[in-house]
Amino acid sequence: MTVLINTLLQGVMLGGLYALFAAGLSLIFGIMRLVNLAHGDLIVLAAFIVLALTQALGIGPFLGTLVAAPVLFCFGYALQYMLLNRTLGRDILPPLLVTFGLSIIIQNGLLEVFSADSQRLAAGAIETHSIHLGGGLAVGTIQLVTFASAVGVILALNLLFYRTELGRAFRATSDDPEIAQLMGIDNRHIFSLAMAVAMVVIAVSALYLGMRANFDPTIGPARLLYAFEAVIIGGLGSFWGTLAGGIIIGVAQTVGAQINAEWQILAGHLAFLAVLVLRPRGLFPRAGD
Amino acid sequence: MALLETHRLTAFYGDFQALYGIDLELRQGETLAIIGANGAGKSTFLKTLVGLLPAPPESVVFGGRPIGGLPAAEIVRAGISLVPEGRRLFPSLTVEENLKIGAYGRRQDAYWSLDRIYGLFPALAERREAPSQTLSGGQQQMAAIGRALMSNPRVLLCDEISLGLAPIVIRDIYAALPKVKANGASVILVEQDIVQALNVADRVYCFQEGRMSLTGRPSELDRDKIHTAYFGA
Repeated sequence: MTVLINTLLQGVMLGGLYALFAAGLSLIFGIMRLVNLAHGDLIVLAAFIVLALTQALGIGPFLGTLVAAPVLFCFGYALQYMLLNRTLGRDILPPLLVTFGLSIIIQNGLLEVFSADSQRLAAGAIETHSIHLGGGLAVGTIQLVTFASAVGVILALNLLFYRTELGRAFRATSDDPEIAQLMGIDNRHIFSLAMAVAMVVIAVSALYLGMRANFDPTIGPARLLYAFEAVIIGGLGSFWGTLAGGIIIGVAQTVGAQINAEWQILAGHLAFLAVLVLRPRGLFPRAGD
Repeated sequence: MALLETHRLTAFYGDFQALYGIDLELRQGETLAIIGANGAGKSTFLKTLVGLLPAPPESVVFGGRPIGGLPAAEIVRAGISLVPEGRRLFPSLTVEENLKIGAYGRRQDAYWSLDRIYGLFPALAERREAPSQTLSGGQQQMAAIGRALMSNPRVLLCDEISLGLAPIVIRDIYAALPKVKANGASVILVEQDIVQALNVADRVYCFQEGRMSLTGRPSELDRDKIHTAYFGA
């Protein structure tokens, strides 16, 4: 029994990480219908930027992420304004091709600068610290912080979307980009702000990616896959759905790993396929999608 | 001087030419009606005015300033606002959010506010928290007009605001027009309903296959003239 509860608990915690990966992807797709195939690589890029900052400034990864976030915000704005906005239109192929190309460029650029060596964001004592919940259950502090951050990020995104003028503009542009312009909304600016916000979410994802496990320049696409699965399980456009999607994949992976270590990844994908068969539009689909 | 004028305005959808040199002028405080059959280019004309379709700069002049082909977001800030055909409310926004988003490109000297829109259309005040898609057709049309007014336009363009609505609802909507005009907006109406158009307009333009086929004051136009201008000889 303890083993089962523990497995579920670890799965939920892992799901927080996947929800973080997915939140940025969901944000971008929700607003501009852009499928960002470079999302995973952008997370890895952000992790290397945080790594470089921690080494150059002699600070910890949390502080490093805080420094990196505004830089990545501006980078996201510029990336969207100068490159990705040009790919958006009726045809869905150009954004796919361009972000796929971007993915390859980022991977190779990182290999060139940082080499293929595995890296890690060293967080010190928190890495091995854990909290005992009694009854033989324990949860790693870093796992708990990851999950709390995922909930925090999703809360913040919901507040941004449903409580602010910018969020209203995001939703209006997502609903009907043509009419949104008639409200005085500059779509290119709104899309660029959305990518900028997504890059901040990516920075948070990168922090936990780098502290929890080793990373190297080539692991981006696999993170993209988990993110996609979480978004689709949750239902496109729902942030809380994305959290649920992340948790389902996380739990499936830990349960799979409990049965047989080789089944971890497979179990996550099987859970995704099962949801796709039973609820093709996801668990919390948005009306009208 | 005219508030808004077009000179030899043309419009294209790809290779297809929809407008062939339209000359029109709207004076301060006027209400114009544009009538014409389906496909005559009425909606295209409005879309070109607000920047949803490209146009040479000098072909649209607003307050003495060439605005043809400016981005739509800039044109609404300059003071031209469109109530689009089919209402096109934002489905994931509530009624009040739809109105608020209308104020995104607001001009500074604003008369219209949420309260004043609710005063103009009391039916909206009761449904302010409702998702926009749950409103009746007439209420949606009111919300679309309110949304356009929230930018406090000097020129309000209305595309087929009576389409698909019951006569009594149309009357309610048109009853708001004098108040809109009294607060500084000049109006261009595109209208299928000729009787309605002749009733409210100071001048009428009739379009036929992308060209102006008739213009004049309602009192100067008789049934035969309009019939010919509408359908061709």
